[in-house]
Amino acid sequence: MTLATKGGTSSLEQSPALSWTVNGGMIELALHRSPCNELGSLSLLALEEFVAALDELEKNAHTLIIHSELKSGFCAGADLRELYQRSQAMEKAQAGAEVRDFLQRIHRALNRIDASPLTTIAAVHGVTFGGGFELALACDLIIADKTARFCFPELRLGLIPGFGGIPRLKRDVGNAVVRDLLLTGRSFNATKAQQVGLISQLVSEGEAFRAARATAAQIGKFDRHTSATAKHFIKPIPHAELQREIDIFCELFSRPAVQAGLRRFVESTDAQPYLP
Amino acid sequence: MPTAEKTLDEILTLAAAHFKVPREKLSPDDDFFKALGIDSLQTLDLLTKLENHFHVELPDYELQGVTDFRTLAGKIQSRL
Repeated sequence: MTLATKGGTSSLEQSPALSWTVNGGMIELALHRSPCNELGSLSLLALEEFVAALDELEKNAHTLIIHSELKSGFCAGADLRELYQRSQAMEKAQAGAEVRDFLQRIHRALNRIDASPLTTIAAVHGVTFGGGFELALACDLIIADKTARFCFPELRLGLIPGFGGIPRLKRDVGNAVVRDLLLTGRSFNATKAQQVGLISQLVSEGEAFRAARATAAQIGKFDRHTSATAKHFIKPIPHAELQREIDIFCELFSRPAVQAGLRRFVESTDAQPYLP
Repeated sequence: MPTAEKTLDEILTLAAAHFKVPREKLSPDDDFFKALGIDSLQTLDLLTKLENHFHVELPDYELQGVTDFRTLAGKIQSRL
């Protein structure tokens, strides 16, 4: 772990998965785990370390921006290879308990981001799938560039989104849109996402992070207490549904179809593992 | 509405430009994964480009089993 200070900003590199910088009232959380920021145990640990630092970071900030430094996209979701390999290496009951523990931990982290008194912005591009989509949904605003695609592919694996995606998506868009995404497993491009009210701004390729910074500069003009109060008034966190989602995910995970789906994904030499 | 041949030609041109492959090296019946040297993530990128260019929405499950440009063009054409 190293701490470097440069020109009024400080940067703390936590892990290969992510790092953050504080820059004039903006906390910028950068994702950079190749190939596409898959969320596995390493990423979760790093995210938990970031969340643990938030109490202190929030004291002198007004906005949190989450973005990816990888060309491949914002985040392709859960690390399915790790999930499959770990579940294969243990007894079914132990695998189930580990999955539940993982989900509880990631929910704690995303709930903390969701509840932050800061205004939070996900600046996304490319693949924003599964857990990556769920990370973006935990934020107050999503700014997407033209390359962004949003998807809940979990049904393809016999699962539902498990990182809070369904309750949070329901909070933001109409139920018909939720059903479309969830029950077909298809992806929406950024234009469609804007049409359904999912994203705040649609910008040119490569411009999402810049647009997020400009938005944050605007947000920084407002009284922090008032902004935080307004946010908590208009953006409830659906705790009961989030817990129910974990329970449903764990019930489904125990089914043979899920292991078969994971194995197909992991062992596929198909050129199209990210396609339905 | 453009003809199917025009749609196909536009797809080939767009794919060549986006993935920096000489246009003359692409043929309608080529396997686009091999011809363009792309994986499934990049295929989604191509899909986005095509959707934006043709102003259509093409569910990605419609691409299941589609590997050549001609069939891809047919899918796009059906949405115009």
